[in-house]
Formats: sequence, structure tokens, C-alpha cells
Amino acid sequence: MQQSNRLRPFFENITFDRDDNELILNFGPQHPSAHGQLRLMLHLQQEQITKAHPDIGYLHRGMEKMAENMIYNEFMPTTDRMDYIASSSNNYGFALAVERLIGLEVPRRAKVIRMMLLETNRLMSHLFWLATTALDIGAMTVFLFAFREREYLMDLIEDYCGARLTHAAVRIGGVPLDLPDNFIADLKKFLDKLPENIKDYEDLLDTNRIWKMRMENVGVISKEMALSWGCSGIMLRASGVEWDIRKEEPYELYDEVEFNVPVSDKGDNYARYKLYMAEMRESAKILYQVLDMYEGTGPELMAHAPQYISAPKIDIMTQNYSLMQHFVLVTQGMRPPVGEVYAATESPKGELGFYINSQGGAYPYRLKLRAPSFWHTGILTDLLPGHYIPDVVSIIGTTNIVFGEVDR
Amino acid sequence: MRAYTPKDDVQKKPYYTDRYWVAPQVAKHDVSEDAVFAADLEAVKAKFDVLDAYIQVDQMVVMIKAEDNFGVIELLKNERDYTQLSEMSAIDWLASEEKFEVFYQMLSMSKRKRLRIKCKINEKESIQSVEKLFRSADWSEREMYDMFGIVINNHPYMRRILMPDDWEGFPLRKTYPLQGDEFAQWYEVDKIFGKEARDIIGPEIRDSARVDRYDTERFARLGHEVPFGADISNGEPDTPLVYQETEGVFMIEKFDAEKSVVISDRDR
Repeated sequence: MQQSNRLRPFFENITFDRDDNELILNFGPQHPSAHGQLRLMLHLQQEQITKAHPDIGYLHRGMEKMAENMIYNEFMPTTDRMDYIASSSNNYGFALAVERLIGLEVPRRAKVIRMMLLETNRLMSHLFWLATTALDIGAMTVFLFAFREREYLMDLIEDYCGARLTHAAVRIGGVPLDLPDNFIADLKKFLDKLPENIKDYEDLLDTNRIWKMRMENVGVISKEMALSWGCSGIMLRASGVEWDIRKEEPYELYDEVEFNVPVSDKGDNYARYKLYMAEMRESAKILYQVLDMYEGTGPELMAHAPQYISAPKIDIMTQNYSLMQHFVLVTQGMRPPVGEVYAATESPKGELGFYINSQGGAYPYRLKLRAPSFWHTGILTDLLPGHYIPDVVSIIGTTNIVFGEVDR
Repeated sequence: MRAYTPKDDVQKKPYYTDRYWVAPQVAKHDVSEDAVFAADLEAVKAKFDVLDAYIQVDQMVVMIKAEDNFGVIELLKNERDYTQLSEMSAIDWLASEEKFEVFYQMLSMSKRKRLRIKCKINEKESIQSVEKLFRSADWSEREMYDMFGIVINNHPYMRRILMPDDWEGFPLRKTYPLQGDEFAQWYEVDKIFGKEARDIIGPEIRDSARVDRYDTERFARLGHEVPFGADISNGEPDTPLVYQETEGVFMIEKFDAEKSVVISDRDR
């Protein structure tokens, strides 16, 4: 019997005394294509998987517990660390939940800026997905191309909020900053070139024999399975369910912009890949429209709700009562009304939900983070059996899981 | 005298609360205001006891008895077209009413409606699994067990999911401190080096904000380097920083603001 709790060689990949030819393989937690800290316990017959147990928790930081011990504004930067590929969408999800709880109306300019942030984040996330998945499959060129484009977007976000990865670019009640001078022109320049870039990726991949062999008819998720496993976002749409929260339960200005929701009924890796590409084009379309909306909005960036949101800086510096309220809001935090809310948004990965139970205190009584990747990891239990080891890599790739979000 | 801290809720408390503060309420609307929800509620009421029902922030909340949870969710799934269980978890009310509240967040895509089923159970009570109806509950229920210690009946694989299998305590309970309890303090030492190494290594420092000014084992002090473990309570020497570039390093040039070019347009 091996002693597992001492620092000495431990052969956990091999079970020695079995005669049924079954091999148990630990895929991860330190595997370059496991997209973070995923450990998969795979039962193998030859190269074929008979059973899969995803083991998660290696990145568990207890964000829900932390939220119970923080004031609402304090928690905002923590949400960055969930889906760190597109952190503004987490910030926004949380801000939206608290705003719905309080019943705040956000100024139009803040909405426009939020839309820009959300869609640039979607583009960043999809580009990152394409890059890493292609790299896992072996397409190094696509990785370099996609990262080049993503770099421009990160520079843009840096121009806006100063951070490249953990943006914290949204506040409860609005956004902290107005757009910098060249933001719109720069973003337009990027968007003008994006269709060419996407075409480059597609030229490299669409008819690529290796890509198609690794992607087509691999990891097929049926509609029933996707619904039952709580899939959302592209995982759901690739399986033939037309459900995009931006379209069905519009938030911010999504009801004012024109865009399509690409759907496929194949359910395999290739369908998901096609949807990612199509969604990038749709995001660009949305961004063009939002850029035009920016002109003609008023200067306000934060909602006016002195009980919950600090007054503008000019008021704080000139008016005594605003300063007092600001002091209380910073030191004690806002106290939303007693009640509960579940707010779902369409993050690049799927349905990102924040459930908040407030008891009227400065700290949430309970905050549940509904991260899409959690179930997209869970579905591997049912999805992987029957596939071969190389398919595991491409399936994990197209599920687009991010472990900051799975483990929270 | 030390201030009293309640033992059944060790979460952080605000340092000041106005004695006359009355928290406002998020409005609860009657279910009859929404025809779709009213029809759903009627269907549930026909077969099961409904303790309370209202609409809050555009979503219906239905309180049911804990033993009906499987039946109600089955009915909503099969007859009322609530096709997804987007989320489920629990809330710890042990301190105030000695109960857990379990909630199921459901979504109907055809009706574009979301509703929340809630039920309350006692601390030691277990609840029926809905994994047969929604596979997503498999992992949610495991997480709920992991975080609150609520045992699920008829679950196919009832084990911890986020915490290690041999963990003690349930982290999301209000009685569990944010920085972990004593077990958490010794967990890694015990597991990796064994209990006998406790005296040598000491407990894990789980307060991430703790900085010991005189600790020369864990912190580097640039410009004031001292040997590992040295006693610096009487001050430490100045050791000026020396950069290797000053002597010149192969392939590395010093930054020269005169020679550098700032690219203003990044050729997008």
C-alpha cells in the first residue's frame, strides 16, 4: 500500500494489480492543455475512455465566503479573478445584480461605455479561446495571429482603465471614467481590420484537414444533454437551442442594437468553433453601432443615488453633505434593501449569474456566483466516455472553461 | 472587558450601525400581477402545498415544503416547460432559525421566465436529489454538500467537490471563520510532513494581510539584506542595491530615452 501523505514518489497514474486491462490516467492538474487546474481521472480501455471524473477545486479561493465579509464595492475587484480572460463582464454581472437589487437607473453614457467594454471583452475572450484551442490542436500560427489582435484590444482596455487583465472597469451605478481621447478612433481602426483577421484564421482552419479531423463529430452534445447539464452560451447554441440572454432578456442597450444570434444544430467541436467565429463578427457589428451611440449622450457617468453611490468628485470637494455621505459609503459601505436578486448576463463563456441575498447590511448575507464554466466542466463526465485521449484535448478546448470561474 | 462576539455567526460585522436604521425592503409583488407566473403557481398549488409565493425583481419565488422538492421540480420541468436548472445552493440561517434554506433557480426558455423554488430544512436533515431531472444538479448538490454539509439522498456520487476529500468543516457556514479554523491551519503540515513536524514548522499563517516587520524568513528586504533567520529587532544594516547593468551585461543595453522611439500609431 502506498503512503499518500508523505513527500515520496507516489505512482498514482498506475494501478498495478488489475487484470481487466483498465488503465487509470490522471490528466492534469498540471497539464498545458487542461486550461488551468483541471484534473481528469480517466478510465481507459486501450486509448478509449470508459469513465471520466473531472476533479476541480485546485483554484478554489472561496470567493463566496469572501463576499460575505466584504462591502459591496470591495468585492468588485475580486470578481475580476473569476473569468480573468474577460474580467469586465464579471464586473458588469455583479454591478447589474446590485443595481437591480437597489433599483438604480444607470446614465446613458455609462451604458454605452459598458456595452463597449462588454463587447471588447467578448472579442478578447473569443480570440484567446481561438488562440489556445488552436495551439492545443497544434496550429501555432493561429495562436500568434489571434494573440496579436488580442494585444491591440488589451492596449485599448489599458488606455481606458489602466489594467490589461483585471480591469475592475465597472462600478455599481455606472463606470468610473469617461473614454480617453483616441479610444473611439482606435477601436474603429481595429474593427475595420477585424474581418480580414477573422478571414485569415478561417483560411487557416476551416478546411484544414487536421483541424477538421480533430473537430468534426467529436464531442457531440445533444440538445437534451446541453439543457440538462445547465449549459449556456455557445455550448448551448451549438446544440441547437437559440438562447442568448442579450437577445431574450436584454440588459443595457442590447435591445437597441441589431445583431444576430448564430445557432448550429450539430453540437460538435466544429460547430462550436464556427459559432465563436460568427460571434466575433456579431460583436464587431454591435461595437460599430455602440460607437455611434456615444455621441449625443450626457456627461453623467454614475447614477444619482446619494444613499448608495458617492456624489461626483466636484460635489464631494465643494459640498459638506456630499463629503459626509462619501465618507460613510467608503468606510461603512452601501446598505442595499432587504431582498434577493438573481441577475443573469451573457458573458463570453455563457450565463453568468449573481445571486445576492441582502439583509439590509453592508455585507451581502449570501452571494452565489453562477459561473457557466462550472457546468461546462461537469458535462465532461458524460461527454468524454467513448472518446479517445487526443479528443480530450480538443473537447476541453471547445468547452472554453476557465478555472478562475469553475473553482471561484 | 472584551466585546461580546456571537459564536454562531463569525462573519465580519460592520463597526457601526445606526440604532434607528430601518432597512428598506425590495418590493414583493403579488403573483397574480403576472399571468404566466400565476398559471405556473396554480399548477404547483394543485398538487403541492405552497407556503408562500411572490414576485421579486421580476422573478417568482415559491416557498415549498422540503419533502416536495423533487415533485415540484419534476412538475415544473415536465408540465410547465422550465427546461433548465441554472443554479441551486443553500443559505445558512442556523444562527437565527436553526435552518438551511435551499433554493433552486429555474429558467423557462420558451416563456422567458425565471423562478426560484425555496425550501427550508433543519441542520441534520437531508434532502432529495434532483439529479434525475437535471444532470446539472449533480455538481451543484455536491458543491452544496461541500460548502454547507447538507447531505443529499439518492445522489450518485456524494463527495466533496471543491475542498479536499479529507477536509473537516463546511466553509460557507456562518460559524466557519473566513481565515479557516484550527484544522485548516494544520492541514498542509499534517498532510505533507506529518503531525510530528508541527513543532518544527508551526501553523500555517492564513491571514494573507499579515506582515511581520521582524520576520527574516519569509520576506525579502531589498536594500537591507540579512542572513536567513537573523534577529533584526535592533535594526538591520544598509546593503545598497547594486544592479548588474552598471557594469554592462552581454546583449543588454541600458534604456536611453534619447534613442528610444515612441510609436504613437500602433498600425492596427
